[in-house]
Amino acid sequence: MGLDFNTPVFEVIRNEKKCIQCQVCVRQCSNKVHSYDSQDNVVCTDDIKCVNCHRCVILCPTKALIIRKYPLEFRENANWTSSVIKEIHKQSQTGGVLLSSMGNPKPFPIYWDRMLLNASQVTNPSIDPLREPMETKVMIGGKPEKLDFDAKGKLMTKMPPQVELRMPIMFSAMSYGSISRNAHEALARAATELGICYNTGEGGLNRDFYKYGKNTIVQVASGRFGVHRDYLNAGAAIEIKIGQGAKPGIGGHLPGKKVGEDVSATRMIPIGSDAISPAPHHDIYSIEDLRQLIYSLKETTNYKKPVFVKIAAVHNAAAIASGIVRAGADAVVVDGFRGGTGAAPTRVRDNVGIPIELALAAIDQRLREEEIRNRVSLIISGSIRNSADIVKAVALGADAVYIGSAAVIALGCHMCHSCSTGKCNWGIATQELELVKRLNPDIMYKRLVNLVSAWNHEIQEMLGGMGINAIDSLRGNRLMLRGIGLNEKELNILAIKYAGE
Amino acid sequence: MKKIYAFESKCLGCGLCEVYCKTAHSKSKDIIKAHKQENITSAIVIEEILQPKAVSYFALQCRHCSSPKCVKACISGAMYKDEKGIVRNDKEKCVSCLSCVLVCPFGAIKKSINGKTVSKCDLCIDYGKSLCIEYCPNEAIKLLNENEAEALK
Repeated sequence: MGLDFNTPVFEVIRNEKKCIQCQVCVRQCSNKVHSYDSQDNVVCTDDIKCVNCHRCVILCPTKALIIRKYPLEFRENANWTSSVIKEIHKQSQTGGVLLSSMGNPKPFPIYWDRMLLNASQVTNPSIDPLREPMETKVMIGGKPEKLDFDAKGKLMTKMPPQVELRMPIMFSAMSYGSISRNAHEALARAATELGICYNTGEGGLNRDFYKYGKNTIVQVASGRFGVHRDYLNAGAAIEIKIGQGAKPGIGGHLPGKKVGEDVSATRMIPIGSDAISPAPHHDIYSIEDLRQLIYSLKETTNYKKPVFVKIAAVHNAAAIASGIVRAGADAVVVDGFRGGTGAAPTRVRDNVGIPIELALAAIDQRLREEEIRNRVSLIISGSIRNSADIVKAVALGADAVYIGSAAVIALGCHMCHSCSTGKCNWGIATQELELVKRLNPDIMYKRLVNLVSAWNHEIQEMLGGMGINAIDSLRGNRLMLRGIGLNEKELNILAIKYAGE
Repeated sequence: MKKIYAFESKCLGCGLCEVYCKTAHSKSKDIIKAHKQENITSAIVIEEILQPKAVSYFALQCRHCSSPKCVKACISGAMYKDEKGIVRNDKEKCVSCLSCVLVCPFGAIKKSINGKTVSKCDLCIDYGKSLCIEYCPNEAIKLLNENEAEALK
């Protein structure tokens, strides 16, 4: 169609003094940015193909490569920015919906960074977690109204099913299909070693991974891919996915080219067929319908597994969460608008949903007011970036968090936002065997273990600083938080005081 | 005796082992000088295999045989097995007749680029550590004895 208006987003700069023409970059780039010209003995680059994943930069033995923003400027205009113009160029050429990966990148306020934690001074002692016991274990599942004991002090109350997590962190739902088998293996092995859980996502669970069942949460989503009795019984808990923070109200689409033999068997769909998850569950149009699904899953698993219900953080999240509790869920999972994805319509990713911090505060508050908070655990996700975010989340009322983006970053992701192309140079979001190989689970699971162990240690340090020796004592303890740079309304929703108050 | 083993299931074919092999066997031991100023042939070579599903790679290098054909075939006495069992080539004695290249059952000996000698893996014995192992990004190359390698296959 005549002229192509697209211009490069990144520029690859090669330091010729350092380049030894070893062609490692040529062999490693799945986007074919680099090529070798044997006539002139030089390595050339095609900037327009570069997604800035840093694979070549990291592997270049002489560090001869730098990638930077392509310096082409449009006439300055605060309204018609270069990205707005480029998106119009792209859509007027293709006629398609813009797709993006990862979470909402827009500069909306990050409330984690506007809340500060407390510490003990003089009047109450802080605790050194290296010398004294410090508990970060959490039990996920509903808790009874009260506990009854017999004369000998033995518990008589029948406890609802629980999942024990050694630390309040789990790996988010990322389906086999959207991410590679090796990435799944790394997550499963890391979760097992850490005593936490990873989530299968909606792509089913490969039989080879049933051995990690105790540390697996199996998901049931609108496409019902790979859902059968053995699958439901294979994990430690079941999660019904209603929505996802990156694309609330939208279903999913795994392109047929990613559905190879193994993915096809796991999802129970024909090889090469597109796996389309509808936007709604077609059997859930009300809280009562949701209750039916929750209880049919509980029946299938003999009431031994907690059932989670995951929703995206949307305007009425608090009321919806209340309904989910009353429908009989054991845990409510809320995913904020910064939560990642393999692919979402750009407009939805960037404009739909609300920040997780506000949704969490509102839901916890609502469930307390209705006196049903004990009936569920509250799990949040949607861009937990570090251990301080987790401590703040727990203080706002969360029982545990899911980490997805942070986990894939530990696996090598450089946030190039190109998951949907299926050409992930780090072997994460791809099904191409040659690329999948790049993620060696033996190496990568250790990185996940390192990351989560380090965070757990930091959580213990921060708890100790506050004079608290168990994470359960921090849950919903909003006096440990103070706001900074927030207006009255925001402070009200978060139900925290301003710094200095 | 420990030898270098490369595992096809892990090898990405990136070629970094070749880069570091050249560096370890250079005079300067400097990666840029070794490539720009010295003419070195890598002793480890990445071979490409076309499989039905995807391209696969494996790194090829000397197996340090117990009774090495290359030593027997060497006409100048340059190729020898040292006290540790490492098959080495004395570059001073080598006349580049290429008999060793001809008899090596693995194709692990290469004629060097300058044509004056041959290039083969000596486990970086003079350098102190095997750089191909150290810099393999996917832990595809390992220093193992035969039993350990068999167990990992």
